[in-house]
Amino acid sequence: MVASFIISFREFLEIAIIITIILAATRGVRGRTRWIGVGILGGIIGSAVVAAFAGSISNAMEGMGQEVFNAIILSVAVVMIVWTVVWMQSHGRAIAQKMKSVGKSVADGETPLYSLAVVVSLAMWREGAEIVLFMSGIISSSQESMLAIMSGGVAGALLAISIGVLLYFGLIKLSSKHLFSVTGGLLILLACGMSAQVASYLNAADIIPALGATWDSGWLLSQNSVAGKILHAMLGYSERPSVIQLIFYGSTLLIIFLLLKMTKKAGA
Amino acid sequence: MKKNLALALTFSLLSFPAIAETPSFEIVIKDHHFNPSTVEIPADKKVKLVIKNQDPTPEEFESHDLNREKVIAGNSEGVVFVGPVKAGEYKFFGEFNEKTAQGKIVAK
Repeated sequence: MVASFIISFREFLEIAIIITIILAATRGVRGRTRWIGVGILGGIIGSAVVAAFAGSISNAMEGMGQEVFNAIILSVAVVMIVWTVVWMQSHGRAIAQKMKSVGKSVADGETPLYSLAVVVSLAMWREGAEIVLFMSGIISSSQESMLAIMSGGVAGALLAISIGVLLYFGLIKLSSKHLFSVTGGLLILLACGMSAQVASYLNAADIIPALGATWDSGWLLSQNSVAGKILHAMLGYSERPSVIQLIFYGSTLLIIFLLLKMTKKAGA
Repeated sequence: MKKNLALALTFSLLSFPAIAETPSFEIVIKDHHFNPSTVEIPADKKVKLVIKNQDPTPEEFESHDLNREKVIAGNSEGVVFVGPVKAGEYKFFGEFNEKTAQGKIVAK
């Protein structure tokens, strides 16, 4: 029960944080809850599917299938987040005024929102698949009853979700005036963190070189700790980032700022 | 410029066979333990870890020190490329059975 609690908590925590950031950043956007809900559903179904095919995915691409798969889904998530961030900049004022005019076309208010569903789904597949695989393994091998294992898992998930909820209200309260800048900034860092993970997976798959190590901040904040996990999900914190990870992180940040600058001029 | 690019591409393609020469090390997962739990590898060289999961349940080979994580299904094996890393110790663990599945890579 303790094992299922810990693992469930860890994996759900990453998912909860990502969903919280997306929810907070899109507050006020019409229909966003519905789309994020679709994303969560897609995430659950997708996790089960990915878990079922874990073996064949892993064996693909000369044993590097898992890494390539993760790199691809995270890259798509990064692109979707960047698109959302850029879109929200031009629609920021409209959202703040909470325009409820019937005349506002579906295309204007909702078209990019499916990107939220995609991001949430993709972000969930990785952690979700791990949860499914872990649970199926422990259920078949553990001496404990199914009830004990499942209650541990549910408790872990609930704790993670509570932290997500706390974070959500904390973000809303902390930044009511500057909600979009703070949460928008978090979305940007979320994308950068995911981009660094893409670099990590591509390096693991032997597709790109690491180009050397940088620092080791494990003594300061372990990635295994709760705080470390939260920062990892929010900002992409890594104990020992490789040079290529920093390059991807920085480049993503730069590209986003350039895109925001370019579209600001056009939108004004 | 184009000629140099063509040359560079040709050389990089020719270097693919080098992957076959990557030193390989085997780690077995049995009863939620890694065997061997300490693996010595050459420093500053890329190596291949072949992880054979002989347990019926899946395990996730993970290392923050090495920046690697990989789920290996029960009764299956997986490959993890490590390095090149500088000399030192790098811990790894099995995330699904962290209490017992612990190990380290020692690069010399």
